[in-house]
Amino acid sequence: MNAEQQLTVNMILLAGVVITALWTVMTARLVYAVIGLAVTSAVLTVVIFMLNAPVAGVFELSVCAGLIPAIFLSAISVARRLTPQALVVRLKEQARRFWPLPVIVVLVAIALARVTVAAPPAAAAGAGQQDVRTVLWTLRQMDILGQIVILLAGAFAVVVLLKESKNG
Amino acid sequence: MGNPDMFHVFGVAALLVLIAGLYGIIASRDLIRTVIGVEMLAKSVTLAVLAAGYFANRVALAQTLAITIIIIEVAVTVVAIGVVLSLFKHDRSIDVRTVRNLKG
Amino acid sequence: MLALFVLVPVAGLILLNVPTRVAPSRMAAVTGLALTIAQVVLVILRPAGIFSNTGPLTRYFSFAHDADSLSLVMLLTIGIVLFVTILVAWETMGATRRLFHFVNVLLIAMIGMNGASLVRDLFTLYVFLEITAVASFILIALGQARESLEGALKYIILSAVASALMVSGVALFLLLAGSTDFAAVSAALKGSPGHVYAKIAVAAFLCGLFIKGGLVPFHAWVPGAYATAPAATSVLLAGIGTKISGIYALIRLAVSVFGPLSAMNEVLLFVGAVSIVLGALAALGQRNVKWLLAYSSISQVGYIVLGLGCGTPLALMGAVFHFFNHAILKSLLFVNSASLEDRVGTTDMGRMGGLGAGMPVTSVTSTLAALSTAGVPPLSGFWSKLLIIIALWQAQLYVYAIVAILTSVITLAYMLVMQRRIFFGKAAGELPPAVEPRYGLRVSEIVLAAITVAIGVAIPFTRFALDTLSSVVAGIH
Repeated sequence: MNAEQQLTVNMILLAGVVITALWTVMTARLVYAVIGLAVTSAVLTVVIFMLNAPVAGVFELSVCAGLIPAIFLSAISVARRLTPQALVVRLKEQARRFWPLPVIVVLVAIALARVTVAAPPAAAAGAGQQDVRTVLWTLRQMDILGQIVILLAGAFAVVVLLKESKNG
Repeated sequence: MGNPDMFHVFGVAALLVLIAGLYGIIASRDLIRTVIGVEMLAKSVTLAVLAAGYFANRVALAQTLAITIIIIEVAVTVVAIGVVLSLFKHDRSIDVRTVRNLKG
Repeated sequence: MLALFVLVPVAGLILLNVPTRVAPSRMAAVTGLALTIAQVVLVILRPAGIFSNTGPLTRYFSFAHDADSLSLVMLLTIGIVLFVTILVAWETMGATRRLFHFVNVLLIAMIGMNGASLVRDLFTLYVFLEITAVASFILIALGQARESLEGALKYIILSAVASALMVSGVALFLLLAGSTDFAAVSAALKGSPGHVYAKIAVAAFLCGLFIKGGLVPFHAWVPGAYATAPAATSVLLAGIGTKISGIYALIRLAVSVFGPLSAMNEVLLFVGAVSIVLGALAALGQRNVKWLLAYSSISQVGYIVLGLGCGTPLALMGAVFHFFNHAILKSLLFVNSASLEDRVGTTDMGRMGGLGAGMPVTSVTSTLAALSTAGVPPLSGFWSKLLIIIALWQAQLYVYAIVAILTSVITLAYMLVMQRRIFFGKAAGELPPAVEPRYGLRVSEIVLAAITVAIGVAIPFTRFALDTLSSVVAGIH
């Protein structure tokens, strides 16, 4: 695939990401929105692989198209038992609330498509370290520590928010 | 595709996803959708970071950033859903209109 | 081994969760207090072993070369405010499971804030600010009161938007500089200041920080968050939480990354001035103490940003000094509010009055804080505002200086009205008899007030204070 074709493929994929994102946000049924989130992540994963980022792509797919939708679905199943009957006119209401969004997106896309931005100077001065694991362990140790701590925080959130509710 | 001038294609796409996410947050009827909108924002920046890494020839660095972003995204989602579920227990409803009065 | 400031709280966090026979909540509170005191002491004494970037741990965790003086001021402030926060939590929650959770999550916030103060990389800064934010979400939602949960959710959403803006900026910086390190980004910005991506990146990142710091026009979430949070969390948020997340990051960027960008300075001046005025005016009309204090925070933070926008060394001195002062003062005021809530059961000033007789400590410390915030000499707030105003005048920014002076009058007004409505006059309605709050709250109030008075008095009478300030500014790099 030469550069020209690659770019075209990427543009199609990117359009796919935007479209699935729009659908996720606008769809009438909540479950569809969660599925949409997973699908958007999946398309994004393909783009990520095209950007030579396989490790990130694996993360994106497994977490954002797997773990997170699972969390949402379990939350919905808890909520569904408590909510009142769905509104019959929900579809109409969605259309009313959300029709400006695709309009905005199309307008912005057209406006910006005409713009070409020259690459910033010295953007790629020297190739950086190529191996993800090396970069991660030598350069970004603080980020790793940060990840661990924030996951701890998430765990605490579950304990604090869900356990406490037993006391009312 | 190595031409750095083409970053802006990815940048525009990321921006559009960002807009979709923001709109979703603002216009959402229920709280879970609002959190989905927040997820969209995270997608947008993940794309932006990885595209920037590609065109700046820093693919490895960009991947480490993206991985961290995704992990943070998980933690924030867990907390957000935790708060939303706690609100359910109070409310028996996920109608965001009841939260509206705090919106400034 | 600067990493200790981040690693020790992590160790504390893990150790606390090992089951022991001692009452866990008491142990947690004591550990938290010990850690915060240790942090304050370390910053004041500055033993070389801790503060150089050598030592066995640096093989695994390397920060900047040195903690510069701005980082030290931050660590000191964090230590003091968190110390007081734990005391307030202990008194308002009792020795319960909830206190245990609170201290644990507070330690996470401590990790986030300490780390943010020490790092030299834009993305890592974002990571640690996010840690602080997530900890704040949990601390607000703790206790699961309906309005706290709503406030927490609102904060989550706004924080997420701010984070998205910041990371978008980081992505563009990555494109421009090939790295997210302060030095690399700074060099790249100097090399190509006019490029579209540079402008977008700076604008996006700044907007993200303005949201996190609660500056106009992104200030709307602040009063809701401060007011709906439980008392101890309000102290943390108002005293240091939003400050580190927004304002410290702004200062750090302005000094270490962006350098003197004239366009940014003008934006900072404008945003600062508008925040000062809008916050003060909004505070005038408030009936709920916490809402009044929240708007007051927006206003006072505007002074810091105004000083930052001015850019001269004197202005920077004033800004950093005001940062510290306001952290102390707002913490004190929110501790007072916690005392009121604890003893009188409300934060609605319309129902208060005449409490001064029954709560002398709270009343006196509150008045001191009010006067200091309004800039009455010889309290600490006066000096920091004076520095900023003089710096503005010297830089020929007369309009801004006048705005700052005039708004001090408004600040004095709403502060005095607050004092009068709560502590003097007659009780507006049926209230439980006012009694001095519990020991821990009183201690916090006295300590914070003492700091304010001591600094305020120290400035004119000893060279020590001014010298320290000058060396702080000189030591920022």
